[in-house]
Amino acid sequence: MRKPVSLAVTGIVSMGALTLAACGSSSPGTSGSPQAAAPITIGVSVSLTGDFSGDGKALVQGYDLWAQDENAKGGLLGHHVTMKYVDDASSTTQVVTNYQNLITQDKVALVFGPFSSLLTIPASTVTNRFGYAFPEPAGGGPSVFNRGIHSLFFVQPAPVENNLVSFTQWVLSLPASQRPATAAYSTEDDPFTQPQIDKARTLLEAGGVRTASYKVYPAETTDFTPLAQQVIAANADVVILGTQEPDAVAFIKAFQQQHYNPKALVETAGPDQGADFATKVGAANTEGVMVPAGWWSSAKTPNNATFVSEFIAKYGGTPGGISGDAAEAYSVGEVVDQAAKNAHSIANAALITALHSGTFQTVQGSMAFDSLGRPNGASFLVQWQNGLTVPVYPPSAAVAQPEFPKPAFSG
Amino acid sequence: MTLILEAVIFGILTGGVYALMASGLTLIFGVMGIINVGHGALVILGAYLSFALLRSANVDPFVSLVVTMPAMFALGVVLQIVFIRPLKEDREALSVLVTYALALGIEGLLGYLFTNNFVQLTAWYETASFAVFGFHIAYVYVFGFGLCLAILTGIFFVLYRTTFGSAVRATMLNRTAAQLVGVNVDRVSAIAFGIGVSTAAAGGVIFGMTNAFNSGSHYDLISRLLTIIVLGGLGSLRGAIIGAVGMLIIEDVTAVVISPVWASFAFFLLLVIVLVVRPQGLYGIRVRERI
Repeated sequence: MRKPVSLAVTGIVSMGALTLAACGSSSPGTSGSPQAAAPITIGVSVSLTGDFSGDGKALVQGYDLWAQDENAKGGLLGHHVTMKYVDDASSTTQVVTNYQNLITQDKVALVFGPFSSLLTIPASTVTNRFGYAFPEPAGGGPSVFNRGIHSLFFVQPAPVENNLVSFTQWVLSLPASQRPATAAYSTEDDPFTQPQIDKARTLLEAGGVRTASYKVYPAETTDFTPLAQQVIAANADVVILGTQEPDAVAFIKAFQQQHYNPKALVETAGPDQGADFATKVGAANTEGVMVPAGWWSSAKTPNNATFVSEFIAKYGGTPGGISGDAAEAYSVGEVVDQAAKNAHSIANAALITALHSGTFQTVQGSMAFDSLGRPNGASFLVQWQNGLTVPVYPPSAAVAQPEFPKPAFSG
Repeated sequence: MTLILEAVIFGILTGGVYALMASGLTLIFGVMGIINVGHGALVILGAYLSFALLRSANVDPFVSLVVTMPAMFALGVVLQIVFIRPLKEDREALSVLVTYALALGIEGLLGYLFTNNFVQLTAWYETASFAVFGFHIAYVYVFGFGLCLAILTGIFFVLYRTTFGSAVRATMLNRTAAQLVGVNVDRVSAIAFGIGVSTAAAGGVIFGMTNAFNSGSHYDLISRLLTIIVLGGLGSLRGAIIGAVGMLIIEDVTAVVISPVWASFAFFLLLVIVLVVRPQGLYGIRVRERI
């Protein structure tokens, strides 16, 4: 018998089992069939720990602010709203357990979505099975929609797959003498990031921009040095990265270490995290970094100025420091409020019908959903300029010209 | 070719950091025969302690070790006395549960105190670098590797050149026999646990300077550390070092030569081959038990 190895295996297996069992919590909820003006609970599985915890916390801020506003206006169709959050530890198995518990044990009246396509996919299977409407702020990858789920609604301006379309349109709109000839791609194997990169690559290659490097890396990667090495070795004009915030920061630091400065750098997420991102990479190093976005703090969209001022009053900080995740979560509440008014009901079946048929005004702008819950709008290209993120493309939404080539990192 | 050379060099440098973190884990196993699945959380705790000193008093992360390593040593001694020592029966299995609970407690506390946003330790040498062989090496990797070498050398010195080290090694070889010859194994265990936890503080600083982290970052970390000490041989310091450096080199070279997707697979393939040939790991001691 080989005790040491078997003991270690026991440890690993036990830890995994405990991880699955951990993090659930429950408390008495409200009736699944709310009566007129009866208080209701809205259940959400959020990532308060694990890889998505930063985004999860921002979602909570957005949801809480919406609930506060909604209750101040008299509630959702008169029902006082209480939010109930359960931590999913960024786990695809825990998120399933959480929604099952929220619906069957806590008997919440409504459910809102978690962070990321990765968690939305298994979560939406559960909520659909129970007939719940599932408006969600952060699951917009193609794999979210290709299962034919009718009760899911992605509350962002555009399907995630199209997020980098505005970037590719800008690149291809440049005069031939300035247009980048090569691009290097590196992306997490995540349903949020990889579809964006793949679509951008397809569009740029069709436009004549040669692919100098294309690499996919596991989402659990912590050592980004070899990945950055490959991007640098490709020596491409444009670098397009499928990142969440930690790897977005890690890539930029690796580029600084190697004194590497592409002409343009766009990351799928990370630079949209406002002051948090600037603190991590250094304010001077944000200059010129691009990110697709459906929302920014100065956007002239319905209720956005109020949202920004209320957010700062409640949580502190500056407009530039507000995470896009919070605005997306707030929009989920806005959409549900309007759907409930249209349907004159908060029953899930009525909400599903109403969400498929209306056009909704949110802090992210106007949006409507197709039969699979895909929004019909487009994302914008945002760039860090002088310490703020500003829309730079398409010209109809731009408030500044894109900085190109991007200034060098400060080193 | 430059890419491969660069990958090897970074593999060695970052492998040194993992070696330091894994050394504490394997030392604790060697002395007490327990798997401390809370070790990753203790690494993150060490990183947060340095982060708190950086944020509140602008203390350089490496300098902060003067405070955090003794503090973490004391914490380790207390944890061993309070949580591990009372486990008298079925200690090995129960210790997994106890140390996992410890990890969850640390994670919850850190999440409460620091929120769950990712943070990172910063200093001038974090992005500053120097050129060598046609690429650049950041000073943080070199300083971190130097610190790891210094601490690991210190641990080896204590283990092989001091009376206490003899007691530790005797306990690692046979806990019961060590007791019979007069070694105070409870005291040795508490101090060894303290040393293991204090190395987590040092590892945490370098990890926190080269990675964004939050209170939940320990899950990925502990799984990597456990595989390292299984490869090196449970309870073997030398094995932890070879295992860590080997893992990082294999992963980094695979990532640049083949694909990042295959990086972990390549390492685990090697791990399986090693365990088939040497079930006790590279430097582990094969233990026979009466059935």
